[in-house]
Amino acid sequence: MKKLMLGNEAVARGAYEAGVTVAAAYPGTPSTEITENIAKYDEIYSEWSPNEKVSLEVAIGASIAGARSICSMKHVGLNVAADPLFTVSYTGVNGGLVVMVADDPGMHSSQNEQDSRHYARASKVPMLEPADSQECKEFVRQAFEISEKFDCPVLVRLSTRVAHSQSTVELGEKCDYKLKDYSKNPDKYVMMPAMARKRHVEVEKRMTLLRDFSNESSLNAIEWGSKDIGVITCGIAYQYAREAFGDVSYLKIGMVYPLPDKLIADFCRQVKKVYIIEELEPFIEEQVKKMCIQATGKEIIPVIGELSAQLIREKVFGKNHAGKALLNETVPLRPPVMCPGCPHRGMYHVIKKLKLNVSGDIGCYTLGALPPTASMDTCICMGASVGAAHGMEKARGKEFGKKTVAVIGDSTFIHSGITGLIDVVYNKGNSTVIILDNSITGMTGHQHNPTTGYTIKGEPTRQVDLVKLANAIGIERVRVADPFNIKEFEKIVREEIEAEEPSVIISQRPCALLKHVKFKGALRINLEKCRKCKMCMSIGCPSIVDKGDHIEVNEALCVGCELCTKVCSFNAFEKAGDN
Amino acid sequence: MEKLNIMIVGVGGQGTLLASRVLGTVALKNSYDVKVSEVHGMSQRGGSVVTYVKLGEKVYSPLIEKGEADIILAFEKLEALRWLEYLKDGGRMIINDQRIDPMPVIIGKARYPDNIIAKIKDNYHNTISIDALNIARQCGNIKAVNIVLLGLMAKSTDIGKDIWVSAIKEVVPEKLLEVNLKAFEAGYSAA
Repeated sequence: MKKLMLGNEAVARGAYEAGVTVAAAYPGTPSTEITENIAKYDEIYSEWSPNEKVSLEVAIGASIAGARSICSMKHVGLNVAADPLFTVSYTGVNGGLVVMVADDPGMHSSQNEQDSRHYARASKVPMLEPADSQECKEFVRQAFEISEKFDCPVLVRLSTRVAHSQSTVELGEKCDYKLKDYSKNPDKYVMMPAMARKRHVEVEKRMTLLRDFSNESSLNAIEWGSKDIGVITCGIAYQYAREAFGDVSYLKIGMVYPLPDKLIADFCRQVKKVYIIEELEPFIEEQVKKMCIQATGKEIIPVIGELSAQLIREKVFGKNHAGKALLNETVPLRPPVMCPGCPHRGMYHVIKKLKLNVSGDIGCYTLGALPPTASMDTCICMGASVGAAHGMEKARGKEFGKKTVAVIGDSTFIHSGITGLIDVVYNKGNSTVIILDNSITGMTGHQHNPTTGYTIKGEPTRQVDLVKLANAIGIERVRVADPFNIKEFEKIVREEIEAEEPSVIISQRPCALLKHVKFKGALRINLEKCRKCKMCMSIGCPSIVDKGDHIEVNEALCVGCELCTKVCSFNAFEKAGDN
Repeated sequence: MEKLNIMIVGVGGQGTLLASRVLGTVALKNSYDVKVSEVHGMSQRGGSVVTYVKLGEKVYSPLIEKGEADIILAFEKLEALRWLEYLKDGGRMIINDQRIDPMPVIIGKARYPDNIIAKIKDNYHNTISIDALNIARQCGNIKAVNIVLLGLMAKSTDIGKDIWVSAIKEVVPEKLLEVNLKAFEAGYSAA
């Protein structure tokens, strides 16, 4: 049976067919739908873990206990999970272990553009890279076989255009995988120096075997065409190269680490000119050139951003696309914005008014860095807001600290904000940390987390009590406030930044996109009452528009959250549809 | 039909992903090779969004590039203008006559161009426009604007109407099916 599937959905299918029984992940674009789809299979235990490191540890435990397990994350998530990755490379596995990592070339929804293939080489873990949904499924199945055959975890790398493209997949049967026996084996699984030294020797032996495998595996395949040009490529870049070069010869690399060195040398000998087409870093290119093979790659192909067939045509053949001239119009940009009804808008209104320094974090609320809110000063990585606010205070002193807050989402706080907060308490900081409790993980498309009280399957579970948690680590000043009660929220922020000790403000209001959140319906502006003072414009709601001679509500966008009514001094907002 | 490249452009939150899902299902029913490329995450929050749908004997790249789109289905006027150069010579542009001001316009840092639809029609003769929001409202749910537009577009292809209807039945949740079938019919007969 053929089905149209996202790359991520096909990975989930591959895991199911391979007999996986444990899956763990922390959501992150473009990897999130892998585990969302795995959760639909009743045969597989799945979970949202608090962060990527924990999710990999869960998968490692499941593997050692004898199950096939999978763990999925975005590229920057692998930085968080790097610690267990480098050592599970030494211990190897019992049941097969696959680590999915989704890169985001072009940074559609990420803070950097790192190339995760470097992790394969650095941790000495083999890596596969599919180029469409069918391969996503097949490669995941094969990854489990490689994992067990060579006693190692296997990385499978996706990129946004593979993860988030739908293409056809031929469904297969679920294999009948039996849990492997569990036995104590400290020489293999307890990595103290004496054991680890022996395991490192095994890792190096394994690399030699894996290289031989790579040379023979059908994961790496030659498609012969004209031998005037030979293109070495992998992943999504293969698809672009196929369109750009047409009938030439291709060496499509499915196992990007270790590379099939003999196959590459053999291929290059048979073609006149070699091009290496890969997105981001010259990962394949550097290894090929080390083999003293003449090839053209990053001299002409950019290391920044996504590739495309047109870009390759332009760089290789100098063909400049004669696109039809645009109408003589300047098209304004449309950056993303916080949604109508978003609870973060009330919080930012207060912060902006108080002109605070804001140490920011990763989530929908990062959009508060853009105009008109323009209130976030830093955004580095998950959880960084808390530690960075503490560092700012230590650098510039307490008075600066009193003008500074950290802003962090509930899920991000659990992910890695907690440790920063402990640091603040332990090292006598004075920071004010605003935790945005919107009852869901928002930006990645509504996943549950330890603060929501539900599991990935929607089952009720114990909920982390953020107030008690903050109290337990030594924060005595914990306040809970509704960001749409602007006056009260401002009063609380003023009190807490002035306090001579660290404090936590829990800004509590659910995401406006949650199904159970109901508003009263669109508003409009009574033009007779409106004085055009534009106070309502200052909250940065996309449904309130300045039309030049009047202010207008876009009724198709407005949800009726009524935040604007709280900043309007003239009661000019009224329910739309009333006359 | 050798190949067909369709772009769905709009503003995050307008329901472009559901429309592309229906399109993908239609393609599969016609046993074409198909790729549908979408972007999730940050741009879904009110940003400019684009979905590429490519049908053909064999599809490699999931992306449609400048001058390659047979059809652009624009859920919003400014987005029609933004992606115009992706339309191939003689390609069909379908525009929803709806305006959503982007933040730079809202805060007065940029200007929303005047008479977008008229200007596009003057230069690209294979352009049609429709007030899909109003039609969706008449059908009973303004969120069905995506399916109204899909109905209008369906008429521009040589794929049978019954195939579109059965794809909608597969993709749209049961409780919203009636209003969406009504919306499809309204879009289809508006062409």
